[in-house]
Amino acid sequence: MLSQFLQFMFSGVTIGATYALAALGFTLIYNASNVINFAQGEFIMLGGMLTVFFLKSGLPMPAAIVLAIAVPAVVGILLEKLAIEPAKGADTVSLIIITIGASLVLRGIVQIWRGKGPAVFPAFSGNEPIIIGGAALAPQSLWVIGTSGVIVLALWLFFNRTVAGKAILATSVDPLAAQLAGINTQWVLLVSFALSAAVGAIGGILLTPITMTSYDVGIMLGLKGFVAAVVGGLGAGHGAVAGGLLVGIIEALTAGYISSAYKDAAPFLLIFVVLFFMPRGMFGAKKTERV
Amino acid sequence: MANARETVQPTHAPEPASAAPLLSIRGLGSHYGPIAALRDVSLSVGRQQLIALVGANGAGKTTLLRTISGVQKATSGRIEFDGEDITALRADKRVRLGICQVPEGRRVFGPLSVEDNLRLGAYCRTDKHAIAEDLGRMYAMFPILKEKAKSPAGTLSGGQQQMLAIARALMGSPRLLLLDEPSMGLAPLLVEEIFNAITELRKQAMTILLVEQNAHAALAIADQAYVIESGEVVLSGSGKELLENERVREAYLGI
Ligand SMILES: Nc1ncnc2c1ncn2[C@@H]1O[C@H](COP(=O)(O)OP(=O)(O)OP(=O)(O)O)[C@@H](O)[C@H]1O
Ligand SMILES: [Mg+2]
Repeated sequence: MLSQFLQFMFSGVTIGATYALAALGFTLIYNASNVINFAQGEFIMLGGMLTVFFLKSGLPMPAAIVLAIAVPAVVGILLEKLAIEPAKGADTVSLIIITIGASLVLRGIVQIWRGKGPAVFPAFSGNEPIIIGGAALAPQSLWVIGTSGVIVLALWLFFNRTVAGKAILATSVDPLAAQLAGINTQWVLLVSFALSAAVGAIGGILLTPITMTSYDVGIMLGLKGFVAAVVGGLGAGHGAVAGGLLVGIIEALTAGYISSAYKDAAPFLLIFVVLFFMPRGMFGAKKTERV
Repeated sequence: MANARETVQPTHAPEPASAAPLLSIRGLGSHYGPIAALRDVSLSVGRQQLIALVGANGAGKTTLLRTISGVQKATSGRIEFDGEDITALRADKRVRLGICQVPEGRRVFGPLSVEDNLRLGAYCRTDKHAIAEDLGRMYAMFPILKEKAKSPAGTLSGGQQQMLAIARALMGSPRLLLLDEPSMGLAPLLVEEIFNAITELRKQAMTILLVEQNAHAALAIADQAYVIESGEVVLSGSGKELLENERVREAYLGI
């Protein structure tokens, strides 16, 4: 009984950590620009797909990973420059449609380039599971959870301990006052898109050995990340992390105890329940503490 | 507090006295969509001078300051700062040149601490030592800010937020300080305190462009003043002249 519950929790926290990274991606861009970037899932897809591609091209794993983070970051910058910036001043719905359009383009390009089949690469530290309380924990899960933890900590330090991070926060609070303080708000936007894309790509890379990847994984991962961000209270960094873990755990428990046929529906049920009782999400009201 | 202020050293090197104005605006226009908010505005701000700009609600005072700071586009005319054409320069680069603004409505970064607000005011500067010194000067000038250094700026009272907004702009080591209605919405005692601070800055030979609805107080301390109506400069003269001007007395001083 307990070992089974533990088993579900392990897989829930693992996938939840990826959702948390996706949710942080939404949060970063939302705070800097008030744009809800529905292309966030494609950054996750690009991370996994590009790692597979670079490994097949003969690059060693570390180089493949660095490139699979850097390329999506550049894609994020281009997305801001070519699609978001020209639409400056457009209403929220138009901006959302633009990001959905961008996600279709990215998905289409990868589909034509890499085909429709699944892609995968081996886990970083083998597949010998660690047995805890009768439940098996894959080493790759530890990579996912550990790396996500490090990223969350790094982002926290960046936003709470560096002037550059605080300049980004200031820009999200009041762009005009930020400009008057000499902050280049254009630069803030670009950094936010690049950071958000990189964080999403890292999640995609870490998850690929466990769930495999393909040109269209970004749809579901992106949507779940969005659910996590909203459940946590859009704009709140710690909310994104909590929301991601919650969505992952609920999904795993649903799959385990009810049926995996319902696992994708559970997060969307969650969003209705949470927003009904807490319209601003779990951490949405406290605006003083972000990421 | 007044005593503390008297011992404060200047936060900046005074502008070298020179006949050429520090800021010179010629034929400036600005629009919100099709609506003109500024029309053919010309004015100049001499070095080490305090220039007051008075005008009724919606006259275009804020728009003028925003255009000078570069957060609002000039649709015609020319802005020169220290002889350099800055009409098309990006806002953050103007701050680097030394044009710092205290915006209307204070606009402090509410969730960030008082100290973070002040440090962000110095965002463009790299001289760590001088920044630390200036921080100390701000705390000497406004002791309440030191007391509240770690509090979120949003928890300060209106008057304290105004002091923070002024101190944040000063942290940018301005050569030209733009003040947009610093006394707005404050109790009389605080208004006096803010004007004392402005007078003190003026004594330290800071160059200031002051927008005020409190025309009497502004004209009384101004070297030179402009009256703006419907986006146009309609009167100018020394502060004293405008204080005695019939039209100004009727429209802005309620005499
Ligand atoms: N964002 C905006 N969009 C459209 N029109 C604007 C905007 N801001 C100001 N205006 C208009 O431009 C004109 C000048 O406004 P501005 O804020 O510069 O006046 P002001 O002199 O600062 O007034 P106040 O004393 O009320 O601060 C007004 O008619 C105002 O309605
Ligand atoms: Mg105004």
